[in-house]
Amino acid sequence: MQFRCVSCFGGAVQRRGIIQDLRIMKRFCISVILVCWTAMVVQAGDTNQNSQIEALQAQIKQMRENFEKVQNEQRQQIEALTKKLDELAKTMPSSTNAPPLVAGRTNAPVDTKKLEEELAAELGQGAGTNVSAAGTNIVAGTNAVTSAPTNAVATKSWTPTQPITLMRAGSAYMNISFDALLDAGWSTASDPSSQLELGDHDPIKRGFSMRNAEVALDGAVDPYFKGFANLVFKLDKDNETSTELEETYFQTADLPGSFQIKGGQFNANFGRINTQHPHTWAFADAPLVSTRMFGPDGLRSVGAQVSWLAPTPFFTELSLGVLDGQGETGFGFRNPGDPDALGVNRIHGRATYDRNMEGPQDLVYVPRVSSSFDITDTQTILVGTSGAFGPNETGEHSRTEIYGADFFWKWKPANASEGFPFVSWQTEAMYQRYGAAADPTMTDYGLSGLPAENLRDYGFYSQVSWGFRPRWVAGLRGEYVNGNNSEYDAYDVYRGERNRVAPMLTWYPTEFSKIRLQYNCDHGEYFSVEHSVWIQMEFLLGAHGAHKY
Amino acid sequence: MQISHVLPLLCSIALAATTAHAKLNVVASTPDLGALASAIGSNHIELTVLAKPTEDPHFVDAKPSFKVKLMRADVLIEGGADLETGWIPPLVDDSRNNKIQSGQPGRVIAAEGISLLEIPATLDRSKGDIHAAGNPHFMSDPANGRIVAAHICEVFCKLDAGSAGFYKANLKTFTDLLDAKMKEWKATMTPLQGSSVVSYHDSWPYFAKEFGLKMDLFLEPKPGIPPTPAHLAQVIAEMKEKKIRVIIVQAYQNRKIAETVAGHTGAAALDFPLFPGYNQSYIDWIDSLVKSLSSTLNK
Repeated sequence: MQFRCVSCFGGAVQRRGIIQDLRIMKRFCISVILVCWTAMVVQAGDTNQNSQIEALQAQIKQMRENFEKVQNEQRQQIEALTKKLDELAKTMPSSTNAPPLVAGRTNAPVDTKKLEEELAAELGQGAGTNVSAAGTNIVAGTNAVTSAPTNAVATKSWTPTQPITLMRAGSAYMNISFDALLDAGWSTASDPSSQLELGDHDPIKRGFSMRNAEVALDGAVDPYFKGFANLVFKLDKDNETSTELEETYFQTADLPGSFQIKGGQFNANFGRINTQHPHTWAFADAPLVSTRMFGPDGLRSVGAQVSWLAPTPFFTELSLGVLDGQGETGFGFRNPGDPDALGVNRIHGRATYDRNMEGPQDLVYVPRVSSSFDITDTQTILVGTSGAFGPNETGEHSRTEIYGADFFWKWKPANASEGFPFVSWQTEAMYQRYGAAADPTMTDYGLSGLPAENLRDYGFYSQVSWGFRPRWVAGLRGEYVNGNNSEYDAYDVYRGERNRVAPMLTWYPTEFSKIRLQYNCDHGEYFSVEHSVWIQMEFLLGAHGAHKY
Repeated sequence: MQISHVLPLLCSIALAATTAHAKLNVVASTPDLGALASAIGSNHIELTVLAKPTEDPHFVDAKPSFKVKLMRADVLIEGGADLETGWIPPLVDDSRNNKIQSGQPGRVIAAEGISLLEIPATLDRSKGDIHAAGNPHFMSDPANGRIVAAHICEVFCKLDAGSAGFYKANLKTFTDLLDAKMKEWKATMTPLQGSSVVSYHDSWPYFAKEFGLKMDLFLEPKPGIPPTPAHLAQVIAEMKEKKIRVIIVQAYQNRKIAETVAGHTGAAALDFPLFPGYNQSYIDWIDSLVKSLSSTLNK
């Protein structure tokens, strides 16, 4: 029995035993391997983690060291700078607020006087007493903006004693400026305004005149429009003020297809000088052709204008203006003229009557084409041709046509200082056919009425301006006007042969002021010769928009 | 022609049209801005610069030919701070181009984002022709150049998204080179910190601040007022007292006056262009300024 148990067991082992043994052993080994392996992995993981931790610790240590090093460096820099500041504060002169120039002035006045004279001779300038005197006055009193930058850089906290800025350029809704022209002079003609100086802003008498004190406003209305306004005040011979809404118009900022629309009261886009304001003119008075064709005020009226920039590589602009044309500013058109002794309005001797607006033919049309070329890097030319067509009030079907051609050339070197030197040459020629109706009622001066006739007038002006040194411009203008003969010519200041030569010299102390000296030598069919000398002074306050080329 | 032939042709044309895009038309008012635009835009933009490198930027003529250039522009980059107030506004008004009007994305005012120096407390022209918004000649500080370049890149990327990657890559190249050169320039100029430099007009406060130079003596008695013998005598006296050795002059300024003053004081009259020359990069321009000034001061 025992043997059986043993043998059972033994037998079991023996027979199934080997296989089972092997199985068991296999299982056992596998589990041992597994356990060992796990233990190894865990141990490896442990050591991994350990080394990781060590690595991190080393990193932290390194970072701490770096940080401390940087801190030290910064501390050292701050100390060095503070030390330097202290040294500088010690070496600064006691009057720290005075600009350096004032400090300089206290040295050896005798030496500087001699040096000034030397410099004046070397630089070929005059002693410049006026300007240097002005300079000393201003330097002594105020903190010049050119004083050490440290004054301006530090932003000060506001105190009640600081001036309050009401407006500053570049950050206002509109530019506001005031520009005044003062004329003084003499003429051999006792009343220059009667025949010689026909422009409304020209000097009007011997002695002093003020014919253009202008408030100019411009700015962006909104993303679609820009607005411009010009309000002009004039003093007449009796010092009475007359006001003129010279220009008030809007201009589109963005229309498709390179178009631009302008509307309001504005100077018609005819030629060059008609759109330029008197304070920008190169001479003190209006050219003879301008006053002859457009009257004292230029061709200016309420209307609208559309202009188009052609897609050419060079500048080409086409514009068409449609204007009301009534009144003195539509001089050759629906202008009633001036009252005669009996109170009858007349122009060119003919009595006028108020033509009502019957249709589009009663408006004034002003087309213009102009082009500009940069012929070299330093020279530009601008050429244009214009027309003005409309009715006039001498007769029921009377019409006026005016044609003009203009040419402008300017040279300015690449390294011009403040825009100097430069040379510019501007020429305009005009031709007018004024269809004057017959008027049997003109019986003054022994006349027995006036026939229906075409009054043809033509003329030109040509002016050269030479900016020969910074802020100095010398110029010369020659003019000629003439026309066909009419019986009424001798009594009409806007007819007859005339020519005029005018040299001028202008000094611009800065771009905001000017002093001009001009001599006019006038010859006229009906007044022989007259000489005039004019001094013109201009000053500009505020922000004035930039002028066109 | 059969539809089967035309249709693929039309499709390919349409595809070509949508994938090909015209270059961005960029107009810069002054050459320093043009140089930055060129660095960022490279051959993906058509660049026109209005003012010449030798020109006085305050007095550029608003020629009609500029109106044509602005009519076609997608982007107008101007310095701002009233520098171009004498000539850019009428050009933009007549350009008939909505993209470059004030406030539009195509109108880049470089001064935005720059801390301007010398903002006057009061506006008073008896002090000379002062700039109301601050000194507008900020491009002479390479740190400002960096800011403006990033601003320009932002605008280019916005308006020409197709080339945004190209512009950004160019910006990175520019900025990396600028940073590297800054170290060089600092190394050159640090030993010269505190040196005094006389200038004709106050156009270099940013350069002076960046490199630690003192520029508070000018040949002009007041901004925009030409030098007078009386003022120049004072300048000479002060230069002798402080041993100032260099007068910097721009191409459009009167070199004769600077040379006269230099002759009396033993200083050197140094040509110091306000803008990069034709085809000169912004970095090369600053480099030439640093090199010429440091070599003159080190003599």
